[in-house]
Amino acid sequence: MQLTVEDTIQWLKQFNDRLSEQKDYLSQLDRAIGDGDHGINMARGFQQVAEGLDGDFDEVSDVLKKTATTVMSKVGGASGPLYGTAFLKMSMECKGKDVDAAVLADMVEAALGGIKQRGKSEEGEKTMIDVWAPVLGTLQEEDFDAERLKQTAEEAMQKTEDMTATKGRASYFKEKSQGHLDPGAVSSYYLFAELADVIGKGA
Amino acid sequence: MKKLINQPEQIIDEMLDGIVSASPSSVRRLEDTTVLVRKDAPVDGKVALISGGGSGHEPAHAGYIGKGMLDGAVSGEVFTSPTPDQVLEAIKATDSGSGVLLVIKNYSGDVMNFDMAAELAEAEGIETAQVIVRDDIAVDDPENRRGVAGTIYVHKIAGAKAETGASLEEVQATAQKVIDNARTMGVALSPCIMPTSGEPGFELADDEIELGIGIHGEAGIEKRKQMTADEIAAELVERLLPEVDLADQDEVAVMVNGMGATPEMELHVFNRKVQDLLQEKGVKVYDTIVGNFMTSLEMAGCSLTLLKLDDELKELLDAPSHAAAFKK
Repeated sequence: MQLTVEDTIQWLKQFNDRLSEQKDYLSQLDRAIGDGDHGINMARGFQQVAEGLDGDFDEVSDVLKKTATTVMSKVGGASGPLYGTAFLKMSMECKGKDVDAAVLADMVEAALGGIKQRGKSEEGEKTMIDVWAPVLGTLQEEDFDAERLKQTAEEAMQKTEDMTATKGRASYFKEKSQGHLDPGAVSSYYLFAELADVIGKGA
Repeated sequence: MKKLINQPEQIIDEMLDGIVSASPSSVRRLEDTTVLVRKDAPVDGKVALISGGGSGHEPAHAGYIGKGMLDGAVSGEVFTSPTPDQVLEAIKATDSGSGVLLVIKNYSGDVMNFDMAAELAEAEGIETAQVIVRDDIAVDDPENRRGVAGTIYVHKIAGAKAETGASLEEVQATAQKVIDNARTMGVALSPCIMPTSGEPGFELADDEIELGIGIHGEAGIEKRKQMTADEIAAELVERLLPEVDLADQDEVAVMVNGMGATPEMELHVFNRKVQDLLQEKGVKVYDTIVGNFMTSLEMAGCSLTLLKLDDELKELLDAPSHAAAFKK
């Protein structure tokens, strides 16, 4: 597989469309165990990302870097630094490289490391990490398969429902956070589902 | 839902311009930002204090800008932390070369965004230090406690310390001393309505209150059937006192803070019982303030903060402040 500049732009535009469609759903999930603004913040930020993607980009790294800086300055809350860091790390990892399956795995690994460090969090705390970590696992272990990438992300997202939150605002709900999907895990699932879609179409 | 607004998307922008209109001689807005600073910033030879966070807690934080308190305040969207680029603008505009203290409430978004701003400032050669306020005892784990109304005492006392010409390290140490000695707990009687969605931020039945609520309506300790002001006062004092760790001669400052929609009349009813209870328990009250200092839009309810004082904290608490929301 190969992820081109055009693919990357298409990926981010589709992610923006998905966030825009699911804005109310994400905010509703966040109202249950957070502060109810995840959908609005993500949709507002990625709208700006999508609007900034019409320029010329030499390589995938440049698209991701532009995305990172826009996300950091437009999303706010906890999602801004976390997604911003993820895109920045991915951008740094693929600088000067063509993005094939191995590079993509390295990018996701770098992003996951960045998210963990920025959020001072680990797997199993009912956060976006619980989607990113299994996705990395599948990218590292097996030959690239778009459908499996999407499926892994979806199953991982579903698993956050039964977890108890120990990080972020949801942690104040303690065991009462069980029975609710983590909104950051859901938006991360959208991100990987759209990536799988774009790569799947290109293959 | 009736609100005194225009377009919900314009609330922050219009609020910030309104705050400047009310204090044009003391506060200015940095162009194209959500940052307000002291009109005379940067103040030569003085450590700068910056605070901020999501909007919806007014008068926090911009109301505390002024000589003797904050040099700058950064406003995010409603209940959403501001972004690092905005915080960086505040740091750059207020640093006189003496360094900048960031006063951060312990919410993951605030901590991450201010931390990133501090990294960006470091890259530009500006020295910063941070303190993280965690006064809300409703959360068991002390590391995970939220920063709530006790933040106002940090602004007041560390702000007064900075006016003495103290170093960044000294101002940070004083701010940390306030944090180590301030404890707060709140109660909600009714939820706030989010201006963008028009929906309540959380659910609370008509005959229920929530003890230990956070300033964005985060889950507290428990929901109870409605209680009287005296019963709530007793509950909060009972839970706070063991956390403050008072010796015989210690004195406290008391803050009764309205959450936004509770009339001052009721805050005074509540305060009367708080003072009675403290007296009964032999706690000496040095200073009391009653009002809306750290709100949650139109949430009804209040919080009670106790701050254990020493001689340094007393002197700095009594020092003058020109901030619009805390004149002294």
